[in-house]
Amino acid sequence: MLTAIAFYVFSAILIAAAFMVVAARNPVHSVLFLIMAFFNAAALFVLLGAEFLAMILVVVYVGAVAVLFLFVVMMLDVDFAKLKSGAQQYVLAGLAVGGLLALELIFVVAYHWNITPHALQAAAAATPVGVSNTVALGRILYTDYVYYFEVAGLVLLVAMIGAIVLTLRARPGVRRQSVWRQVSRTPENSMDLVDVKPGQGDKA
Amino acid sequence: MGLIDFYTWAFQNWLGIALPWGWAWTLSQVTLIVVFAVVLLVMLAFILLFDRKVWAAVQMRRGPNVVGAFGLLQSFADFFKFMFKEPIIPAGANKGIFLLAPLLSFTLAFAAWAVVPLANGWVFADINVGVLYIFAISSLGVYGVIMGGWASNSKYPFLAALRSAAQMVSYEVSIGFVIITVLLFAGSLNLSAIVHAQEHGWFAFSILFPMFVIFFVSSLAETQRPPFDLLEAESELVAGFMVEYSSTPYLLFMIGEYVNIVLLCALMSIMFLGGWLPPLFWPLNYIPGLSWFMNAVPGVLWLLGKVIFLFFMIAMVKAMVPRYRYDQLMRLGWKVFLPTSLFWVVLTAGWVLVFHHHA
Repeated sequence: MLTAIAFYVFSAILIAAAFMVVAARNPVHSVLFLIMAFFNAAALFVLLGAEFLAMILVVVYVGAVAVLFLFVVMMLDVDFAKLKSGAQQYVLAGLAVGGLLALELIFVVAYHWNITPHALQAAAAATPVGVSNTVALGRILYTDYVYYFEVAGLVLLVAMIGAIVLTLRARPGVRRQSVWRQVSRTPENSMDLVDVKPGQGDKA
Repeated sequence: MGLIDFYTWAFQNWLGIALPWGWAWTLSQVTLIVVFAVVLLVMLAFILLFDRKVWAAVQMRRGPNVVGAFGLLQSFADFFKFMFKEPIIPAGANKGIFLLAPLLSFTLAFAAWAVVPLANGWVFADINVGVLYIFAISSLGVYGVIMGGWASNSKYPFLAALRSAAQMVSYEVSIGFVIITVLLFAGSLNLSAIVHAQEHGWFAFSILFPMFVIFFVSSLAETQRPPFDLLEAESELVAGFMVEYSSTPYLLFMIGEYVNIVLLCALMSIMFLGGWLPPLFWPLNYIPGLSWFMNAVPGVLWLLGKVIFLFFMIAMVKAMVPRYRYDQLMRLGWKVFLPTSLFWVVLTAGWVLVFHHHA
């Protein structure tokens, strides 16, 4: 019973937060509601027994992605009232897309549509005793699907390098601190002792 | 008689109600949590004083010495001062978020303690993904700072919040890699299992020692302790994202910060210094009688001792090391710690493959 109560509480908050993401006037509030939605989704994962997925959801989406969202939204100087003034005309399109998605979800859940027979098998197989889902995920990812996993990692690496290459620009004339040069300076290579005779000054 | 039995008995005898086991369990758990939170807060009061005393001693000052003997009650005096001051909310502030931010910081700092094993079996939630849980909660901590800085609607807090967000996100990367090396050695994400894996040698005395150092420095950056306290660099940003805060909201921020520091000390003790295990390694284990005595000391005291030792180190760093410049901080995080810890993940994986035969 406690699980059911928890499920309905988390789901209700999740749906309310997701609605507020769209409805909130202030974009920063939108992002904060989005974070709340992520967090409740993670809680639902925990209820399903998928604690590893839940923690990763929080670490990746809440801890990193949403921080960037928040950064961007806070730094933007946009008149959001003006931006939102024309939103009414998209209500129909938005409702259509949302409705379609909801319909698809209902079909999937109601008819147990499974894409491949392999997935059916996996869903039917009982979870072995004493194997937590972290261990199970690790075994699957690093044995059966190791190449897909590596390729996914590679795709992310390429994306990261691409982002860096696109934004990197070498600016000439910028003096940078080189710690190695500073530390490797010695009196020998940075100091000159000059013996100045009285009345002659330093001619060098 | 356990707490659960006590509640069942008390409700039966005093109120005449048969308490279901689930309710008795919930009640006993809530009692334990409240007791733990109160103990943690009281300890925190003395740790705050300890911090100030160490700082003072390094600078050859006396430190707080007026309230109570040796100033022992100073933190409590400060506490009441904060409580009875007037909370001021700036006119242009976003009131809801302004007040939510310190609450969030405070709550998250305490929430992380749920999975920390204080001694063998002394843990509220012995979950499989304990390390990840702490990592997730601490990555949420940045929101308290960003929200506080943004909602203040003022320049300095906002700049400080941006600095801190970048700083915390950067150092979480290397903390993540350090945690991975520990997980490789321990073969589990459960914090109790990590301690049990150190029964034949603490991880700090293995090839993970450099990771211990990196984790220590990164946790200074993660909690905005000096020398990485750029978000409240007094000389440039006044008090950082907390400028507009006063009285109890400010107090919540400060308590949250210190709870986080102590949490990271506890995490370091658990991951590298054997948690609740006594320091029974060579040559101490050859002294007759000593090992018996050390095993007789409750584990929670060993953990406490390690936490205080680590906090002393952190306090000394605050007193002795000058503040980093922002670009230096970023360079240390991205160009030194990240490659080193990444390399160490590979090295540790190879080491485990060759020398360990578990799992």
